Amino acid sequence: MKRFFLALAVYFISLNSLYALIEVDITRGNLNPLPIAVSPLHVDIKSVEHEGVRVKELGNNISAIIEKNFKNTGLFNPLKKEAFVQKPDIAHLKPRFEDWRLIKAQALVTGKLLVKDGKLKVEFRLWDLTAAKEMTALAFTTTPSNWRRVAHIISDKIYERLTGEEGYFDTRIIYVSEKGPKSERIKKLAIMDQDGANTKYLTLGNELVLTPRFNPTNQMITYLSYFRNMPRVYLLDIETGVQEVVGNFPGMTFAPRFSPDGKKIIMSFAEDGNSDIYTMDLETRVVERITNHSSIDTSPSFSPDGKYITFNSDRSGLQQLYVMRSDGSNVKRITFGKGIYGTPVWSPRGDLIAFTKMRKGRFYIGVMRTDGSGERLLTENFYQEAPSWSPNGRVLVFYRETKAGSKGEGFSATLWSIDITGYNERKLTTKTDASDPSWSSLLSK
Amino acid sequence: MTKSLIYSLIFHSVMILLTVLTLPFMIRQPIDLPPIVSLEFIQISDKTNIPFAPKARKIIEEAKKKEERVVSEQAPPADKAKEKPDRIPLPDEKKEKKQIVKKKQNPEEIEPQIRQSSEFEKKEIVDTNQIAALIDKAKEEEAVKKNKIDKLTQSSVKNSFATGLTLSEEDALRAQIFGCWSVPLGLPYDEDLLVRIKLKLKQDGTIMKSEILDHQRMNRPGQKFYKVLAESALRAVRLCQPLKVPPTGYEKWKDIQLNFNPTEMLKG
Repeated sequence: MKRFFLALAVYFISLNSLYALIEVDITRGNLNPLPIAVSPLHVDIKSVEHEGVRVKELGNNISAIIEKNFKNTGLFNPLKKEAFVQKPDIAHLKPRFEDWRLIKAQALVTGKLLVKDGKLKVEFRLWDLTAAKEMTALAFTTTPSNWRRVAHIISDKIYERLTGEEGYFDTRIIYVSEKGPKSERIKKLAIMDQDGANTKYLTLGNELVLTPRFNPTNQMITYLSYFRNMPRVYLLDIETGVQEVVGNFPGMTFAPRFSPDGKKIIMSFAEDGNSDIYTMDLETRVVERITNHSSIDTSPSFSPDGKYITFNSDRSGLQQLYVMRSDGSNVKRITFGKGIYGTPVWSPRGDLIAFTKMRKGRFYIGVMRTDGSGERLLTENFYQEAPSWSPNGRVLVFYRETKAGSKGEGFSATLWSIDITGYNERKLTTKTDASDPSWSSLLSK
Repeated sequence: MTKSLIYSLIFHSVMILLTVLTLPFMIRQPIDLPPIVSLEFIQISDKTNIPFAPKARKIIEEAKKKEERVVSEQAPPADKAKEKPDRIPLPDEKKEKKQIVKKKQNPEEIEPQIRQSSEFEKKEIVDTNQIAALIDKAKEEEAVKKNKIDKLTQSSVKNSFATGLTLSEEDALRAQIFGCWSVPLGLPYDEDLLVRIKLKLKQDGTIMKSEILDHQRMNRPGQKFYKVLAESALRAVRLCQPLKVPPTGYEKWKDIQLNFNPTEMLKG
């Protein structure tokens, strides 16, 4: 009887397995950027000329900016327009999916615009060509002179739809513009769109300026400037141009940065060779001491939830990175690797801390988890530092200096960006030499 | 004699019952989602004045009556957008500009009047804070998720070895899909991102039907990354078709499940 039941069990097990669903694990794919076709936006024939804007070329210009944004991410491969198979106006109504697939495109952007009554109306659609369906469609109305921003906003919306992350194209970067020989550099605060367009200078260059940082919630900036050879932390409202000194400290204040809610400034205050970390409430002007140690504590940066602060300190003998609660308690050292660590910056996503590392005379920009594990050095160079996060926590911008000759010749300072995967390192275009970049939050948020 | 007859009857009925319960064609199939077939009827008549064909107009009117529309998940709510801070002009910009700039912060959604929605296009609650929330959550639940992935992988390996395809056939299929799958590089590396797609194949390897097994997750708030991955996986299988399947044994592989898991790759 036992044998019979055993045979029965074997029979049914084999019967079941014979018809079980086949499963195949796909754990690898290619890292090729997604092929995307950005069709020029169709300019409506009812459009009228507008002062300072070349309306006829606007469709091509907007699509060119979108293409450039996508190319710069390293995640997309915009296809050449010569291969496009449909006119922009027809494609915007109903693309011939099979034809677009022939040129190996997987996504298609179409759109149209109308300039009338002093307004620019732009609409776009994003199509999934393999699924033959529309993924998103939006329209914007603005003044014609703001067409560049419309292109960036469209790029953000498409990026978000295709990657699941917020975009970072409708943003600005503030930096220190540098000119002149190395020993007599004229340094001005400058601001530009993230793609290098619309550069403006915010200071005249009479005083040395350093470490500008954006308020994550608005267009206020904080920076360090020298007044009577004493470094002081300043606040500047980009909208009104009003600037003021933060606090009235007897010693030096430096390394300022905003809290995530933009209501506080965290910075270092130094006196008699010792520096500690302080915060100042911008409304009440109440100053609070956060660290109290005989070592040099500096470069503080809040976590995005405001509960923690990362900073660097030489309390262990060498400059290393630390994390503490925002009230200064529970200080923990997070780096134990060889070399010197500095300029820690907490990612807006909250998962990583970016830093500069110096070892054996070389400088590295890297990221690590907030407990110090998983250190990854993204790029190495002769001299580079000051990483700043894109608002989506995906890309870092930093600056790099070249080695100068004995008379200062050959010296240059340039801005660079790199993806946190370590891919897609690229130089940013600036009108002058540039250092100390800081990335703004999304302007349209 | 009677006793033997009773035993025989019991055993036979048990056997029949078990056979009925075990054989796949006897089992009720789960409710399948409709296949992704895109029928696009886009009406932008107020903008283009392009006349619609009579048949299309009829369909549009019918659809209008239903008053159902699919909202693009990218469109921010209008009232929310109005509250957003305006772009702040630089010092040399005139103040007058501000009010005009405000308008562009409120993108209008272009609404196709009729559209057959696929599983991607179901309504979704947009939460701008969800990325940060996701990351925090991912950290807390990391251990649990890892276990989950392990379990799934183990079971799948077991199944694929026990049945259907030989190792070389499986490798050929896997290699083909590797080439077609553009892994979205923007995905977080510490998320549980396993997308399971069930395919019904024709004998020549083309796809008759594709179904994302955990498709409800795509429409949950905070699951944008999963959605992006699922879309990329679907793109991959569509781009790859006809799939490299064995010339024989159609009954064995006509239904196949692909488990897309980019975690190892994203970790580098």
